[in-house]
Amino acid sequence: MPSETAEAVREAVHRGTAVCGGVAIGPLHVLRGVAVARREAAATPQEEVGAFRAALAAATAALEAVLAAEDELAGDILEFQAALLDDPDLIEPIAATIALGTPAHDAWAAAMDTEIAAYREDGDPVLSARADDLADLRTRVLLALSGGEGGGGTTPAGAIILAVEMTPSSFLALDHARIAGVATTGGSPTSHVSILAKARGVNLVVGLDTVPDETLEGATAILDASDGTLVTNPAPVTLGEAEARRAAGAAARSAADARAADPAVTADGVPVKVMVNIDDPALLDLIGPAICDGVGLTRTEFLFADGAPDEDTQFTFYARLLAWADGRPVTIRTLDAGGDKPIPGVTFDGEANPFLGVRGVRLSLGRPDLLRTQLRALARAAATTPVPLKVMVPMVTVPDELERVRALLAEAVAALEAAGTPCATPILGTMIEVPAAALTAGTFDAGFYSIGSNDLIQYATASARDNPAVASLADPLNPAVLELIARTVAAGAARGVEVSLCGDMASSPALAGALLATGLRVFSAAPAEVGAVKQAIRASVSNAPEDGGDA
Amino acid sequence: MTGSAAASAMGEWIEGAATIVDPTGLHARPAVKLTKLAKTFGAVVEVRADTDATWTNAKSPNSVMKMKAAHGSPLHIRASGEDADAAVAALVALVERNFDA
Repeated sequence: MPSETAEAVREAVHRGTAVCGGVAIGPLHVLRGVAVARREAAATPQEEVGAFRAALAAATAALEAVLAAEDELAGDILEFQAALLDDPDLIEPIAATIALGTPAHDAWAAAMDTEIAAYREDGDPVLSARADDLADLRTRVLLALSGGEGGGGTTPAGAIILAVEMTPSSFLALDHARIAGVATTGGSPTSHVSILAKARGVNLVVGLDTVPDETLEGATAILDASDGTLVTNPAPVTLGEAEARRAAGAAARSAADARAADPAVTADGVPVKVMVNIDDPALLDLIGPAICDGVGLTRTEFLFADGAPDEDTQFTFYARLLAWADGRPVTIRTLDAGGDKPIPGVTFDGEANPFLGVRGVRLSLGRPDLLRTQLRALARAAATTPVPLKVMVPMVTVPDELERVRALLAEAVAALEAAGTPCATPILGTMIEVPAAALTAGTFDAGFYSIGSNDLIQYATASARDNPAVASLADPLNPAVLELIARTVAAGAARGVEVSLCGDMASSPALAGALLATGLRVFSAAPAEVGAVKQAIRASVSNAPEDGGDA
Repeated sequence: MTGSAAASAMGEWIEGAATIVDPTGLHARPAVKLTKLAKTFGAVVEVRADTDATWTNAKSPNSVMKMKAAHGSPLHIRASGEDADAAVAALVALVERNFDA
């Protein structure tokens, strides 16, 4: 192709995976987690110890400033980090080493590297999970030593943050009101950071096919978080188009948010329920129940992040969730581990094909100890709510799996009753994520159906949901996918039970019309998308093929 | 544990124990709660998992975290110094309350 010097900057399109949000435009700010500015040690060891103590104080103050603004989930991580900065057994030996002449940054980095290795050493899942927090802390203090702020303080206003990897604490350290969006080369749509972004309505694209390059610092960029692209150095015409889409999106969003609490009724007058997906206990502090018609999906995997929680811990959260819903219906999913959601000590390692392996209900039936505890907690929680609690079982393929869960639930209820513990039997429903279940939905004795579209798409199109190379095949609008949804909706109607859809399709305003056309009348969306999805439903008709076509 | 030798020289150890109820044992949140409470006492305070031979400084979150004290086992607590009685009683109560989870 022609002269390489003709244009100093050239428009480039980087593809990634859309997580949440719309179009953002701003200067790129490249976050280099490990690129801490070089520093020279102070003249004397005494001054160097002083610099070290000052850096600890600055890092502590930065942590506390973030902590004050954050919820419980974020708080646990940040508090642990702050506690380490105030740990005499950890800090004093480092200070002593510095006093003997080692530069502060070398002494700190070496000591933290030793600790990080120790945390990772024996594969203990609880400790390994904290190793990342130690690595994060290592960087924070190095940044403070070199005069950086170690947080989002230096981020230019309106910037699009570009990073290789982002930890929950570095994500939370960003001032979300000041930034336009975030793009990472690592990460996955199901990561902790993605869930935090969805809850907070941050534009986020992950899995970019480009490694952040410092030369891009300050370059104009377009982040399209609905399409999963990042355009750097856009040509004027590209920029103009993006600006129009951004403005339209912002106007639509503010109109949608203004009506987020209103019911969703289609243009031809059919009421549609829009519920929310709850990924994490911390969401309950961030949103109120008024925006939704209930909870269509509660992912309980987060309760298992530090290992299997006991019955009382689970009961406490379920009861809190039911109290939050304030009489609205609540659906809680039993543990859905495996596939792309391994849980150390719970899921099997080394399966050749984990998406087709022991996951979801298959795993729960293989670990009846875990399932029994969860069913007991759910049955106890069911007694605390005026409306029946719904419990849904993931990855069900044949009716027998649902019946085996029902038998365990009946046992749990009988045992609780025998012990005089207040309890009630929840309504047991089937998730429809496997094509075999979608095609035979009518044969399940299910109290309701909940379509898990992410897995249904992956299994219908044979496209792994964590493989960007086949992402274009994993098309929610593939007619086979829509047919599987329509058949499930029809089976529910024939049996007189509710059918909802709780996968990412229900969080996508662009897909609302197609879903309504399948007959679906209950959506369950990510909290930040509820307003936009309701607005898309209002703009659609309930069940009308496009004019003229009888395809 | 350089602290142990120094502490025993100061006087008697007051000891107590409580069972760890949390299913994952002493993970980050309980470790932070325990060390924060321990730091409110002047006494030297140490903890030991049932299977450990050595004592750990209860004021060090990093050391307490790395003890990997397990669920369902007793956590031994000892203190030496002026307010040792109160320190042991407070820490035992915290563990018994499951760290106010």
